[in-house]
Amino acid sequence: MKTSLLDVRNLHASIDGKEILKGVNLQINEGEVHAIMGPNGSGKSTLSGVLAGNPAYTVTEGSARLHGVELLDLPPETRSHEGLFLSFQYPVEIPGVSMVNFMRAAVNAKRKFLGEEPMKASEFLKLMRQKREIVELDANLASRSVNEGFSGGEKKRNEIFQMAVLEPRLAILDETDSGLDIDALRIVAGGVNKLKNERNATIVITHYQRLLDYIKPDFVHILYKGRIVRTGGPELALELEEKGYDWIKEEIDGTGKED
Amino acid sequence: MTAKKSSEAARQYIDLYRHNSELIDRACDAPALNRRRKDALSVFESTPFPCKGDEGYEKTSVEEIFAPDYGINVARKNIPVDAARSFKCDVPNLSTLAAFVVNDAFVPSQGLAERLPQGVTFMSLAEGARRFPELVEEYYGRLATDSSAMVALNTLLLQDGVLIHIAKGTKVEKPLQLVNIFSAPVPLLAFRRLLVVVEEGAAVKLLVCDHTQDSGKAYCASQVAEIFVRRGARFEMCSIEESSALTSRMAQTYVSQEEGSVTNVNTTTLTCGTSRNEWRVSLNGSHCESRLTGMAIGSDEMHIDNDTSVNHNAPHCHSDQTFKYVLDGKSRGAFEGRILVTPEAPFTEAYQSTRNILASPDARMHCKPQLEIYNDEVKCSHGATTGQLDHEKIFYMRSRGIPEAEARTMLMQAFMIDIIESVSIPGLSDRLRHLVERRFDGTLGSCASCNSNC
Ligand SMILES: Nc1ncnc2c1ncn2[C@@H]1O[C@H](COP(=O)(O)OP(=O)(O)OP(=O)(O)O)[C@@H](O)[C@H]1O
Ligand SMILES: [Mg+2]
Repeated sequence: MKTSLLDVRNLHASIDGKEILKGVNLQINEGEVHAIMGPNGSGKSTLSGVLAGNPAYTVTEGSARLHGVELLDLPPETRSHEGLFLSFQYPVEIPGVSMVNFMRAAVNAKRKFLGEEPMKASEFLKLMRQKREIVELDANLASRSVNEGFSGGEKKRNEIFQMAVLEPRLAILDETDSGLDIDALRIVAGGVNKLKNERNATIVITHYQRLLDYIKPDFVHILYKGRIVRTGGPELALELEEKGYDWIKEEIDGTGKED
Repeated sequence: MTAKKSSEAARQYIDLYRHNSELIDRACDAPALNRRRKDALSVFESTPFPCKGDEGYEKTSVEEIFAPDYGINVARKNIPVDAARSFKCDVPNLSTLAAFVVNDAFVPSQGLAERLPQGVTFMSLAEGARRFPELVEEYYGRLATDSSAMVALNTLLLQDGVLIHIAKGTKVEKPLQLVNIFSAPVPLLAFRRLLVVVEEGAAVKLLVCDHTQDSGKAYCASQVAEIFVRRGARFEMCSIEESSALTSRMAQTYVSQEEGSVTNVNTTTLTCGTSRNEWRVSLNGSHCESRLTGMAIGSDEMHIDNDTSVNHNAPHCHSDQTFKYVLDGKSRGAFEGRILVTPEAPFTEAYQSTRNILASPDARMHCKPQLEIYNDEVKCSHGATTGQLDHEKIFYMRSRGIPEAEARTMLMQAFMIDIIESVSIPGLSDRLRHLVERRFDGTLGSCASCNSNC
C-alpha cells in the first residue's frame, strides 16, 4: 500500500483579483517523482507559490494536505517545518544576510518546531560542509550574502543545497534546470537523486525532457490554464518534446472546456 | 531688560539664571566659562526656541523639549558618582580610556590620568579651563557661534563639560570613551559640553555612549560639542544613544576641519524618547575628507531627528553623508541634510544619501535633502528613499522555515550593515552589529550594561 504524501483537491487561487488556478487536483505518494509541464503562464509557478504559502496569492477554494496536515491553514514557515520545500524559479537575493546566518536561522527554526535544541556551531558547520558537497557548491558562495551576485546557475545550485540541508518530505523544483550548464545539470540532478528516499517525494516543474533524463518521473502532468488537463507516464513528456503543446491546447480549447 | 521672550519655557531658564548667577559662577569656578554667560544670556533672551514647523525644525519642537519643569542641579550637590562606578561597558574586546559624565559631572575612570598617553588631555572642562585658560579661551564657544537658543542656553547654564586635547603629532592608539549617564531620583535637565581639539597631524578615536539609569524618570540633555580638527589631523567618532523613552536630547555638534584633515563621524540612535541631533561640519581648508553616517532605529513612540549641514568652504574637499532609519511602531523619523558649496570651494565632491524603511504602517519618516551650490566645479548628489521591507525577501526566508518576525529582524539588520561597517574604531563594528541585532530582536536593555541592580 502506498502512503499519500500530498493531496491537492479542487484548488482555486487568484492574484490581484485574477483567477490563475481553476481547480487543481493532484495526488502524490511517498517515494514518487511527479513532473509538471505546461506552456508559459499556465500557472505552474502559481501552484508552487500557493502550496508554499506565498501571501501574494489568495486561495479561494480547495484544500492541500501534506501527510494529512492542511497546508492552506499554515504560515509559510510552518509549511516548511512540516516538510515542504520550494526551489524557486527565481531565487531571491538578500544582500547583507550571509548564507551562514540564513541557513542557521532556518535549521534552528525547524529544530525549535520539533522541540529540539539549537544546533551546536561545530555540528552546524559540519552539516553545511557535507551538504555543500552534494551539489558541489563553492565554499566561497556559502560565505557570501544569500544569492547576492550569484550567477543564474549558482542560484539554482544554492536552492538544491538548501534543500539538502532542510531534508524536506516534499520538494517542488520550479524550473531548477533553467540556467544550468550541462555539467551543472548533471550535478544538480544527481544531488536531487541522492536525496531521494522511499518516504519523500519530488515535484519537478520543467519545460524540457533533458532534466527528466536525469530525474526520472513516475508521472507527468500537464497544467494548462490553471488545471491539470492530462496525466500520464514518462512517455507523455517525450510526446510533448516531439509535438509541442498545440494538440493539447486544441483539445482543451476546442471542446469548449474553457470557462 | 532686553527683548522680552514670550515663551514660558525660556522664561524659567532666564529666571533661574538671574536668581542663581553667583552660585553658578562659584560652583563652576572657571573664569573662561563664566565669562561667556553674559553674551549667552542676551542671545538667549532675544532668540526663541524653534517650534515645530519652523525652518529646519519641521518635525521637532525644541520649545517642547525644554518646556517641562526639570530640576537643575545648580548647587552641584550629591553627584551620584557611584553611577559611574557601577557602569559596565557593553563593548567587550574594546579596551578604552574611559570617562563618565554623570548627569553633568565629569567622573574619570579609575586611574585615567595615569593611563593617558603623553600628549593626551581628557578631563573636566572646568578643570581644564582653570589649568589651561589660554587653550579653553581660544577654542571654547568659537564654533557654536550661530545664534542658536539652545547653544546660548547651554553656555548660560553649564557648570562643567569635557575637554579633550590631542597634542600636535600625537596619534592615540586606544580609543577614548565618554559615557554619559543620567542618574537622579527626580526629573533632571543636564547641560553637557564637549570641547575637542585635535592638533596638527594628531589622530584620535572617540566613542560616546548615552545611557539612562532610571527609565522611570524624565530627563533632558542639552549637549553641545565643538570639535576642532587641525591641519592634517584625523578624528573618528561613534556616538551611540541608548536612552529611555522619557529622555529628551537636544544635541548640537560642530566640527571644523583644517587643510588635509579627515573625519569619520557616526551617530547611532538605538533607543530614545525624543532625540534631536544637529551636525554642522565646516570644511575650511583644502583637501579635507568628511564622512558622516547615521543609523536610527525607532519603535514605540520614539522621535528621532537628525539635521546635518556640511559646508564646503575650501577647494578639493570630499564629503559623504549616509543616513538610514528603520522605523517601527508609531515612531517618527526626520532627516534634513544640507550640502553647501561656497564660491571658494571648486573641485568639491559632496554626496548625501538617506534610505529608510517603515516597518509599520503607523511609523512616519520625513526627509528633506538640500543642495546649495555656488560653484560650477563640483560633483554633488543626493538621494532619499523611504520604503517597506521587501515582501519577496520575507517570503523567501519564511519558505525556508524562518519565522516572519525573525526574517524581518534579519532584513532590518542587513539594511544597516553598511553603516555598521563604516565605523572604523577597531572592534566596535562587531559590537555595534550585536547591539543592533539585540535592538531588533527586542533583547536590548540598558540593564544589561550596568551592574547597579536597580
Ligand atoms: N500580479 C499578477 N497579476 C495578474 N496576473 C498575474 C500576476 N502574477 C502572475 N500573473 C499571471 O498568472 C499566470 C500564471 O503565471 P505563472 O508564473 O504561474 O506561470 P508558469 O506556468 O509558471 O509560467 P512559466 O512557464 O513562464 O514559468 C500568468 O498569466 C501571469 O501573467
Ligand atoms: Mg513559472
